[in-house]
Amino acid sequence: MAQGGDGVSALLEFDNVSRAFKGLHALDDVSLRVDEGEIVGLIGPNGAGKTTLVNVVTGVHPATDGEVRLRGRAITRLAPNKVARLGVARTFQIVQPFPRMTVGENIAAGALFPGVACSMHEAMAHARELADRLGLGDVVDKSADTLTLAKRKRLELAKSLAMRPKLLFLDEVNAGLNSTEVDAALALIRDIAASGITIVVIEHLMKVVLSISTRLVVLHHGRLIANGPPEQVVRDPHVAEAYLGKRYAAAMAGTAP
Amino acid sequence: MRSWITLALGAAALAALMLTGNNYFLRLGTFFAMYATLALSWNFIGGLAGYPSFATAAFFGLGCYASAILQSKGLPMVPAWGVAGLAAIAFAALIGLAILHLKGHYFAIASLAIAEVLRELVNTQGHLTGGGMGLNLPILKLGVEQQARVFFVAMLLLATVTAAVSIIVHGSKLGFGLRCIQQNEDAAVMLGLDARAHKTAAFALSAVFTGVAGAIYGNWVHYIEPSDVFDVLLAVKPLVMVLLGGLGTLFGPVIGAAVFLLLEEVVWRSFLTVHAAVLGALIVLLVLFLPRGLAAIRFGWRKGATA
Repeated sequence: MAQGGDGVSALLEFDNVSRAFKGLHALDDVSLRVDEGEIVGLIGPNGAGKTTLVNVVTGVHPATDGEVRLRGRAITRLAPNKVARLGVARTFQIVQPFPRMTVGENIAAGALFPGVACSMHEAMAHARELADRLGLGDVVDKSADTLTLAKRKRLELAKSLAMRPKLLFLDEVNAGLNSTEVDAALALIRDIAASGITIVVIEHLMKVVLSISTRLVVLHHGRLIANGPPEQVVRDPHVAEAYLGKRYAAAMAGTAP
Repeated sequence: MRSWITLALGAAALAALMLTGNNYFLRLGTFFAMYATLALSWNFIGGLAGYPSFATAAFFGLGCYASAILQSKGLPMVPAWGVAGLAAIAFAALIGLAILHLKGHYFAIASLAIAEVLRELVNTQGHLTGGGMGLNLPILKLGVEQQARVFFVAMLLLATVTAAVSIIVHGSKLGFGLRCIQQNEDAAVMLGLDARAHKTAAFALSAVFTGVAGAIYGNWVHYIEPSDVFDVLLAVKPLVMVLLGGLGTLFGPVIGAAVFLLLEEVVWRSFLTVHAAVLGALIVLLVLFLPRGLAAIRFGWRKGATA
């Protein structure tokens, strides 16, 4: 098991990882490390490779080059269901419920398949507990396709949490929510982190990322262009350039006090 | 519990047909049990997992020929039926590995091709199968009425076992996993579900009882030929029955089998020359106007009443 200098163990490591789609490098030579207990904000403009990074870890689109390790174990070419069983969960940018099942059954699936629960009965008990915790208690017997977007996002989260993951990727969980809903979602994410789950948050909303991340990682054109404490990363001229374009970045740097 | 009672009552009611001593009813009953077996079997892969399989004819013919060949080598009838079922399981598991990663239309076409391949195989291996000439099966040394009863009871037992396994699977982890695959396979896999194992199990379940049904059918009709037991209609009928009865529901396939058989009989008698066309039109109408099957009528009314 890899150990950091401060004795914190690395949960996830990327060694020179690339993922190509017919010559296009969606992820290009990325080396990265996520330690246990962190909340890492993963940001970057559209098409920067954020979702690709999640797909590489979860085995949906395995790396074409380099190595991915979870707690020191290579998972580079492991099938998605096996990665899930090792404790990696994700939410989808576009919510992916089982539409004609109840909310409870949806959550139960998360407990049943990775082996958190052994029987349907046990899985449903887990599901009810989680639904209560996430404010879905009143809709637990309703069909998943009847939920509002905010609740569907919650359901997505509940399914992932039912897996008792070590590492949780949140892909745009706040997209499309109003500001009250975003605040509630942020409180929830902090809550999840406090329960000992390491989180990687993919977000468009800078404000959201800054308010919860302990570290920021910035991707641009598949390359890692910044990695460090949030306050340092946001002042990085490369990051401003990636988001705003060269001219604006130069102008910003010029007018800064 | 309720499903088990329904099954017991249904099987008992059907068994009572024997008391009538009417060979026409027994023949209808045997066909009904066979159709119910095929429809319930298809429901594992087509209804629960949502994979539109056209492999029913392949499993049916495979079971039929496996049992016939074994009996021509001297194996008694009932053990031959059992081996036919095992052969169908093994075959389905093997084929499943090759085609279950395909989705939608691609899977449908691939599953359709299997029966054609088997049919050609049977045609070319004449020394074993009799080729296009077909095969005669040993005739039981019983009177006509006794024979009708034997095959009726055999088919009824098979249908009952198939329904019992359906009840168990519907309430099990396997059934739940299959429903998840049907609704969103990618999401299910991300939750740690082993999709390949689940789909292979569903495919094997859809094969085993179909294979035995084919084996029993062979002895029932005494004579089999490739164009009869690998008939593409054998793959289409169960699908239509399940659509009629209710996709992915527990007893929908049985209801569908009954309705289909009645339609087939009535239409065949009344429209001898154009029966296929009339039957086809009726099926299209039923599927158009009852897209969720006959089983949905009751649920639709209940939902309306509580809303």
